[in-house]
Amino acid sequence: MTRPTPETLAHRANPATVAASATPAAVASPVPTSGAGALVRSLEALGVEVAFGIPGGAILPAYDPLYDSKVRHILVRHEQGAGHAATGYAQATGKVGVCIATSGPGATNLVTPIADAYMDSVPIVAITGQVARPAIGTDAFQEADIQGITLPITKHNFLVQTPEELPRIMAEAFHLATTGRPGPVLVDIPKDVMQAQTTFSWPPTLDLPGYRPTLHPHGKQIREAARLIAGARRPVLYVGGGVLKAGATDGLRKLAELTGIPVVTTLMALGAFPDSHPQHLGMPGMHGTVPAVYALQKSDLLITLGARFDDRVTGKLDSFAPDAKIVHADIDPAEIGKNRHADVPIVGDARHVIDELIAAVSATAGGAAQYESWWATLNELRERYPLGYEEPTDGSLAPQYVIERIGELVGPDAIYVAGVGQHQMWASQFIRYEKPGTWLNSGGAGTMGYAVPAAMGAKVGRPDAAVWAIDGDGCFQMTNQELATCALEGIPVKIAIINNGNLGMVRQWQTLFYEGRYSNTELGTHKHRIPDFVKLAEALGCIGLRCESKADVDKIIKQAMEINDAPVVIDFTVGKDAMVWPMVAAGTSNDEIMFARDVRPSFDEDDL
Amino acid sequence: MNKHTLSVLVENKPGVLARVSGLFSRRSFNIDSLAVGETENPDVSRITIVVNADSSPLEQVTKQLNKLVNVLKIVELDPQQSVQRELLLVKVRADRAQRGQVLETVELFRAKVIDVAPDTLTIEATGNPDKLDALLRDLEPYGIKEMVQSGLVAIGRGSRSITTGPALRAA
Repeated sequence: MTRPTPETLAHRANPATVAASATPAAVASPVPTSGAGALVRSLEALGVEVAFGIPGGAILPAYDPLYDSKVRHILVRHEQGAGHAATGYAQATGKVGVCIATSGPGATNLVTPIADAYMDSVPIVAITGQVARPAIGTDAFQEADIQGITLPITKHNFLVQTPEELPRIMAEAFHLATTGRPGPVLVDIPKDVMQAQTTFSWPPTLDLPGYRPTLHPHGKQIREAARLIAGARRPVLYVGGGVLKAGATDGLRKLAELTGIPVVTTLMALGAFPDSHPQHLGMPGMHGTVPAVYALQKSDLLITLGARFDDRVTGKLDSFAPDAKIVHADIDPAEIGKNRHADVPIVGDARHVIDELIAAVSATAGGAAQYESWWATLNELRERYPLGYEEPTDGSLAPQYVIERIGELVGPDAIYVAGVGQHQMWASQFIRYEKPGTWLNSGGAGTMGYAVPAAMGAKVGRPDAAVWAIDGDGCFQMTNQELATCALEGIPVKIAIINNGNLGMVRQWQTLFYEGRYSNTELGTHKHRIPDFVKLAEALGCIGLRCESKADVDKIIKQAMEINDAPVVIDFTVGKDAMVWPMVAAGTSNDEIMFARDVRPSFDEDDL
Repeated sequence: MNKHTLSVLVENKPGVLARVSGLFSRRSFNIDSLAVGETENPDVSRITIVVNADSSPLEQVTKQLNKLVNVLKIVELDPQQSVQRELLLVKVRADRAQRGQVLETVELFRAKVIDVAPDTLTIEATGNPDKLDALLRDLEPYGIKEMVQSGLVAIGRGSRSITTGPALRAA
């Protein structure tokens, strides 16, 4: 069989990212070096520009050649920060994010970001030091079986046995991370392997006989999908993160406009289709728009592209889209039929799938006119149930207003990075995403603390873009130490803390489902101003700003936008009672969507 | 739920068995039996897994197995189209009075006595799971002191081989 060469490795066949990526060194004839030297030379040959990490005993040999390398190493404050920074870098650039940690606790601190990258299919490579080979299995100092620990949360992982195999394993790690369904790969390297002498040459030959991702869809399945599209009366393009990862957004737009079919984009796909496009119904799911949720529920054909019928999208699975036939295209065959039976399963890369669908439907597509009554229904829902929020009656600042103004003033070219919770949902709802790669968040894992380090990684990858983290006061307190890294390394991110003094989303559930018994959700950031985020920002070498009134919101956002020589943290002190609407309560049917508290839209066709 | 026999061809590398068995437990599948060993190609190991599952969850776990980088090929063996064998070693109470009857049973099942002690016999038998169950039922009344069984191994009938093909040549 033909094996990929390193020239084809570093990035997928996506023109945008291939052009932007560094050109890997083509050939290096054998030179004597240490295992650590071979590791660093491999990173250089693979075109790695930056790695995030912290040294320690077992990984120490790698840090010596790194000292002289053209690979920029960014010294973070916690390994979790290194992992999320690698993820943010990868999501913003489409390249592989690299993070480095030592053995034992250094490696286990990477577990959360690795799990996070696995759930969201982000290509990162984690390099960990391991105790020397003779000490493995003896409970040696700082020993942890990180290969065993990360088995269920990596696409693949390696424990390097000899220095000779290092270049091949690094090339394989990058190939696995970026091709097929992307994901995290961990390479665990014993200290004595790094210290041993070897020779380095490049390119190595990959040895992955069991790895053959299917990129091109089956023509018969494409024709069958086109046949269903031609016969559908209420079709919906259900678009997931796979479309962004495949660089298929131009094709998606073509397909949508050619057919006139309504589009919904999941939380992982925001930016894949312009929010301003008239065919965009918004995000489906637990906090999706009423028209998007309704469209899926009442559809007779879901054309699912790179999405996976996640429980946050489907609600109660057996009542999801009961009348819809399903076309399900995904690069991962295991996603097809996992949660919902697919009438037309299509395994392939979203870009190829969409291109071939365009060719197949061109003959029959009739544009929006074809679905006149479907659009009439959806448009009426859009008018009746727009996204919105109520001004708080207690005089507090509305968090949604703050987020809306940030989106408005900073604009669609910036990169927005959210933590997890209410602020994340509002950021998904009230900022308009027009372009791919402008919305980063922890969708599958829901990792609080993701935003600050991911924003750092995004800014390193795309220094010319404005990078705004929309974070919560709870999330921010989990990983804000990386602001010290940002301040010292010259990474001027903006962090907007939507500070409601509480673990807001949990509090919202306590309001709705636990009779307002607010067990352990009050954080004291309002009541006691502990911590004082402005002082904390200053202590971390950032500019700290505070905004407590609606009148100041624009002024302070603009003030932050003008600062480009230091990270900026804004403490937006907002009301604690705002809730995220619409909402489908966990475990209930999408038909039970609530537009606001005690307000249920009527889905009865006669009412529309 | 039905029993299914999967033949999983994997790269013969450290840790591959943990990846395969871990996947089953992680996805809430119970393995009935598992047997692993090298194939005619020393770079390739063959894991035979018997699992109790409905067809749609089985399809999901097969797809997940296929995603493991070290897995080369998965074939479900149809019980009608394959030969299936387990190995059983069993230590049976057999004093002078019982010994003759026990040996008669051993003969009947084409089993073998592989160790003798004054009050026990150790018997080796191979066969499909039904045959071994029947043997155990017959031996039960004498008193089974200890037994050990291998996992099931299975191979397709006829001249075709599942270990040929492009994936395996590359390994």
